[in-house]
Amino acid sequence: MSRKNRSHVATTANRPHAPVFAALGDQTRLSLVTKLCRGRHYSIAQLTEGSRLTRQAITKHLRVLQRTGIVRCVRAGRESRFELDPKPIQEVKSYLDFVSKQWDEALFRLKAFVEE
Amino acid sequence: MTDRIEKRIELKAPVSRVWRALTDHHEFGEWFRVKLDGPFVSGQLSRGQITYPGYEHLKWEAIIQKMEPERLFSFTWPHPKSIEKADYPLDCSKEPTTLVEFRLQKTASGTLLVLTESGFDKLPADRRLDAFRRNDGGWTEQMKNIENHVAQKP
Repeated sequence: MSRKNRSHVATTANRPHAPVFAALGDQTRLSLVTKLCRGRHYSIAQLTEGSRLTRQAITKHLRVLQRTGIVRCVRAGRESRFELDPKPIQEVKSYLDFVSKQWDEALFRLKAFVEE
Repeated sequence: MTDRIEKRIELKAPVSRVWRALTDHHEFGEWFRVKLDGPFVSGQLSRGQITYPGYEHLKWEAIIQKMEPERLFSFTWPHPKSIEKADYPLDCSKEPTTLVEFRLQKTASGTLLVLTESGFDKLPADRRLDAFRRNDGGWTEQMKNIENHVAQKP
């Protein structure tokens, strides 16, 4: 695998990946993210619905997601609503996909090399 | 959500042949496209120059970790912030690294090679590739991607 394509345009954001992985490494938060993937805005009540957790517990998990930028809070009148910001996950995913593709190509060359 | 890459590939060649292709530095260089300065030695820095046309300015640097004959070959390598020609050379020793492992297993038809690269959770977010953020299919598309991705690897 050549690393030619590991180049990229430098960006201003310097958010570490680690918190994104950590934030998603929890079953409750993962299910919140999955739920938020389905639509634009959700209230705490809607997010608590169908879960065995309390409103307080859900709020705590939402805060973790907010800190990593995965979830944004938007005001709808007097109510707080939550929506997903796909960017942090997308960024992590793009890089992994890219490195993964590089390995596919390299392993294909290895296969040809040892089987010739 | 996973922070590792795993690939499994069946090779129609004996384990000993695959081991040589991985750990002999000339052979490794052939398929990986790098000209290495010397043999791989466990615990030591491996240096070389990428031979991929147009990218010959890129250095290869890795620290060889394990060399367990015909079983496991591993190294750590940097993921630099930029490999643009203008930014080169970089001090690769200061860049965050990931761990690459090649595991070999004998099968009826040859060798099963399992490659893993792990430690992406330690990389700063600027190691992302704007050029590869081509998923401009809008909100729905992105949501779908993310939903699939998180559902896949809980």
